[in-house]
Amino acid sequence: MTLIQDTSTGSRPVPEGHVRLTVDGAEVDAPKGEILIRTCERLGIIVPRFCDHPLLDPAGACRQCLVEVELGGRPMPKPQASCTMTVADGMVVKTQHTSHVADKAQQGVMELLLINHPLDCPICDKGGECPLQNQAMTNGREDSRFIERKRTFPKPVAISTQVLLDRERCVLCQRCTRFTEQIAGDVFIDLLERGSNQVIGVAEDKPFQSYFSGNTIQICPVGALTSAAYRFRSRPFDLVSTPGVSEHDSSGAAIRTDTRRGAVMRRLAGNDPEVNEEWIDDKTRFAFRYLTSQGRITTPLVRGESGELESASWTDALRIAAEGLLAARTGVTGTGPHGEQTTCQGVGVLAGGRLTYEDAYAYAKFARVALRTNDIDFRARPIGGADRGEELRFLAAHVVGTTPENGGVTYRDLETAATVLCVALDPEEEASSVFLRLRKGAWAATGQRVLHLGQWSTPSVVKTSATLIPAVPGTEADVLAGLADEVLDALRTDAVILVGERAAEVPGLYAEVSALAGRTGARVAWIPRRAGDRGALDAGALPTLLPGGHPVSDAAARSALASAWGIAAGDLPAEPGRDTEAILAAATAGELAALVVGGVDPYDLTDPESALVALRSVGFLVSLELHTSAVTELADVVLPVAPDVNRAGSYLNWEGRRREFASTLAAPGMLPDCRVLDTLGVEMDVDLFVQTPAAAAGQLAALGTRPASGGSDQRERTHPPAAPAPAGQAYLATWRRLIDDSTLTVDEPHLAGTGRVAYLLVGAGTAARLGLAEGVAAAVATDRGAIELPVKLADLPDGVVWLPGNSPGSAVRTTLGVGHGALVTVSTGGN
Amino acid sequence: MSQQPLAPVLTRNWPAPRSWSLDVYQEQGGYAGLRKALGADPDQLIQLVKDSGLRGRGGAGFPTGLKWSFIPQGTQGAAAKPHYLVINADEGEPGTCKDIPLMMADPHSLIEGCVITSYAIRANFCAIYVRGEALHCIRRLRHAVEQAYAEGYLGKDILGSGFDLDIVVHAGAGAYICGEETALLDSLEGRRGQPRLKPPFPATAGLYAAPTVVNNVETIATVPAIVIGGSEWFRSMGTEKSPGPKIYSLSGHVERPGQYEAPLGVTLRQLLELAGGMKDGVPLKFWTPGGSSTPLLTAEHLDVPLDFEGAVAAGSMLGTTALMVFNETVSVPWAVMKWTEFYKHESCGKCTPCREGCYWLLQILQRMVAGEGTESDIDTMLDICDNILGRSFCALGDGAVSPITSGIKYFRQEFLDLCAVQPAVARPDQLRDLVGTQA
Repeated sequence: MTLIQDTSTGSRPVPEGHVRLTVDGAEVDAPKGEILIRTCERLGIIVPRFCDHPLLDPAGACRQCLVEVELGGRPMPKPQASCTMTVADGMVVKTQHTSHVADKAQQGVMELLLINHPLDCPICDKGGECPLQNQAMTNGREDSRFIERKRTFPKPVAISTQVLLDRERCVLCQRCTRFTEQIAGDVFIDLLERGSNQVIGVAEDKPFQSYFSGNTIQICPVGALTSAAYRFRSRPFDLVSTPGVSEHDSSGAAIRTDTRRGAVMRRLAGNDPEVNEEWIDDKTRFAFRYLTSQGRITTPLVRGESGELESASWTDALRIAAEGLLAARTGVTGTGPHGEQTTCQGVGVLAGGRLTYEDAYAYAKFARVALRTNDIDFRARPIGGADRGEELRFLAAHVVGTTPENGGVTYRDLETAATVLCVALDPEEEASSVFLRLRKGAWAATGQRVLHLGQWSTPSVVKTSATLIPAVPGTEADVLAGLADEVLDALRTDAVILVGERAAEVPGLYAEVSALAGRTGARVAWIPRRAGDRGALDAGALPTLLPGGHPVSDAAARSALASAWGIAAGDLPAEPGRDTEAILAAATAGELAALVVGGVDPYDLTDPESALVALRSVGFLVSLELHTSAVTELADVVLPVAPDVNRAGSYLNWEGRRREFASTLAAPGMLPDCRVLDTLGVEMDVDLFVQTPAAAAGQLAALGTRPASGGSDQRERTHPPAAPAPAGQAYLATWRRLIDDSTLTVDEPHLAGTGRVAYLLVGAGTAARLGLAEGVAAAVATDRGAIELPVKLADLPDGVVWLPGNSPGSAVRTTLGVGHGALVTVSTGGN
Repeated sequence: MSQQPLAPVLTRNWPAPRSWSLDVYQEQGGYAGLRKALGADPDQLIQLVKDSGLRGRGGAGFPTGLKWSFIPQGTQGAAAKPHYLVINADEGEPGTCKDIPLMMADPHSLIEGCVITSYAIRANFCAIYVRGEALHCIRRLRHAVEQAYAEGYLGKDILGSGFDLDIVVHAGAGAYICGEETALLDSLEGRRGQPRLKPPFPATAGLYAAPTVVNNVETIATVPAIVIGGSEWFRSMGTEKSPGPKIYSLSGHVERPGQYEAPLGVTLRQLLELAGGMKDGVPLKFWTPGGSSTPLLTAEHLDVPLDFEGAVAAGSMLGTTALMVFNETVSVPWAVMKWTEFYKHESCGKCTPCREGCYWLLQILQRMVAGEGTESDIDTMLDICDNILGRSFCALGDGAVSPITSGIKYFRQEFLDLCAVQPAVARPDQLRDLVGTQA
């Protein structure tokens, strides 16, 4: 962007691709095609506006930004809307500061905007931060000449369970409708009626079911759109705003948290052009009531004599935890089922995906130093297939250590890449900011090509104008191996492959992505679902990788790390550890004496039932948690940890970009995981030096990160093509939706109401063969249980059904015990 | 007046029995222009229309040939997209009644013009957007299109020339704004009819973002006559800058209201003579030269030449040459109020000045006409008009204030008379509330 010049540009040549114009007497160079109102902004001249928004296409509807323009030495006959006019060489612009005509035009438009606007600022959510209020003060008349009848409408109109509309306050700037059309691609709201009866509205029986609806509330320049969750809750001038980072996905979206007297009142999108621009999804915006839900754990709990959890002091809880872990580390002698003496030794750590980079590091170090084990895994999600090391190899080869600075894929790359291939990733459901960038490319009609390896044309596919490459669940790797030459060619130039964490559920898929990248030269980015996953990877919360991404098997790296940590090289365990599945299996088999679990929900795991068996079987269980969960119910010691608003730290988003945030609200007694682990370490006579996130970050910085090793994984293509599903059966495709029954959306009924309705999706041919009819309930069953949902037809491959992973009425892993790629029985429901 | 100003070109076939049928049209020499045009080079046709000086008959008077020449030709960039011709037959301006009679009486002249124009601009698709209320007219036009297809004037390989053209007669839904060409295009695409941001102009990104010519019915119906008669012949009618014949629609207090074709530059005095003078001899008080969106004129302006320049010189605009004539029995504030009701109802709502301004102006006018106005209301109205004129998104807002500003300009006393008996506060009931007595 060109900087402001002073008026003495006189002899300097106009830079390439720029024009020189005069605004209020000041000469300025502006890039060709720039809109006048932006040039004015750069000069510090604020022209009032309502419909203009830098990320939306110009509309010119409100007419508030009128200025006088002289072009080619001739004044234009009418004042011009500076939000639609592009700069031109020799243009002379006079804003309200130097032109009576512009000033009067602006005052006139302002008066007209206000004639029908209610004077309810004192009770309006927007009052105090309202562009209309502010600009009426700066650019409006002192009084109104309007003595006629104001327009009234019934109010508020709930256009979804979350968004309420006060039509009287609306100035019809069309920011909300343009946002939904251009940015989100969800055309649920539009203008209705005509002239002075014109209003914003929704179609009958079609509420504003957009994942991004909250952004319209934020960009509404008046108080016409308000949220059910925040309406009448507080006044802007009573709020304290703190910048933060979204904890709900791996986007690293900038947010702003507004608090009043120690409580979070609302959250807004922050503005980071490199990451989320000015948008966030509704889960990020509205899902924060988990902070105050009934299930929050705020004091340490210890299982007492009675077998019940009882409140305990930190001192007692940490001592008991330390004793239990030390005993487990040394080895516990017990009695086997046949009366024989058994010994079990060792502690496994399940770190979970919601940790900050610093906290994940604390877990990684705690496991190695205090527990002397590599049995640590942050992956709290299904890992399928015979070769569970595949994902670990992929992450070491392509992901760990990549950042925007060292050539990693960035958001901006997604916007400009010629071809983007999504594998095992539904961007809108699993990484909404990624979806918005792809959508941006589609809207700009740059000719970007989006390919989507999946099962059906999801809203993501449709709204990014993507081409679906269909695959029967479980055969994605084979489909990828057999891509058409034309697609391979496309992947050879300026292409990005986005691979989601769900690739771990399909045997051979990571290897095939890796091979494809090797063959075509396409860049690869890994997009996990949870905020902490990427940071935990780089922090070494894995059985095969040390902090900084060094392989456990690398003796030199171990020795360097041991010396950095001030311990003997021989004290670092040399053997790669167990992964999540193996840790749980070992616990069940009595091969591990204790588990430390940080924020893992067993229902998220490959087989929730066997995970619960493991948690029940293990001799000693320490849980670090925010909320009461299936783990805390079984734990011997529960240590409360601080949620994001009470802790500082950083997330690494999927790009590897470090997203730091400070604590929003001071909460005495609320300690981050790193502090809890540090103190626990002290009780175990070990110093981790991670008392604060800053201390942990300092160590991480000193350790440095090894860049991804590259290379491609080998895959034995032994998988025969999927057999056609036997009669009465189908292959199950499933993944989670953005707004579903996830833990952090607890106590948000308004948000839940905007979630997508759960259906059993099936192709027409398969439906006919299975005897299913659209709209009629059908059941998907395994020997564990059955899920019954109404059927909806979609373009799935033959012999495939789809279920939402964890939506109301459809908890796939919990109910069926299987997941993506499994063969399930499908029958007409309603026994 | 001795000299007959009537020069029937467009209305030549109208008196014939069943003038709308293809047979009658052909008997009168119809489609001869098409045969001649198909033998010419498209660029020659554009040049011919440029030379003729034909100006758009929809109101703005933009030179037609120039508009056609803006369509990019070739195989690169925007030119490579399909080209479209769109006929604006959404005749909705109050007082205007020329396009619908033309399509009723002589639909084939429009169709012939469409084929010639499409050939000239290299379009293979033409849409005629007709006002939805004109159902009879739509039926007749559709029938004429069917006949033209059957006769080989439309469809593939027209008259063996290798040129293809399809015409679709599209029924609008009766919104005044859809007469604005970009709103018309949005409506035609199936969207909400509201004006588009310009640039890009329709010539580069019109219908479906492809190069598009949007012309008025009367403009295109004039084209076959120019092809036959030539540009010199065409220029022999009308004035230097506004050549050719024009259909003037006279309505209101005249003896014989209707459509009168005359060369551009004719005066109302001449037209009134043709129409049998003022009804019952009651003197003229005010009139509009081109529909309610053109500032009204008075009896002083009887000899204003009604061409594009003459009307502007008199402080108005030629518009659609819809002459609404009012005699002395009509109250100007009342008429202005009725017109404002129309604009308030038809404002599309996209931009603030027009949407809110019309809403406010109407309430003031209604109050004034009800005898509850004050002198300051007149100044307020003029100021509101000033805040709408040239500030709104499209010309609808400009048109909406025309009757008010011109009405006050020529007949301010009538507005004042409505306030003369009023107390100093805005409304009598307000005063009653304040002092508790009958003011």
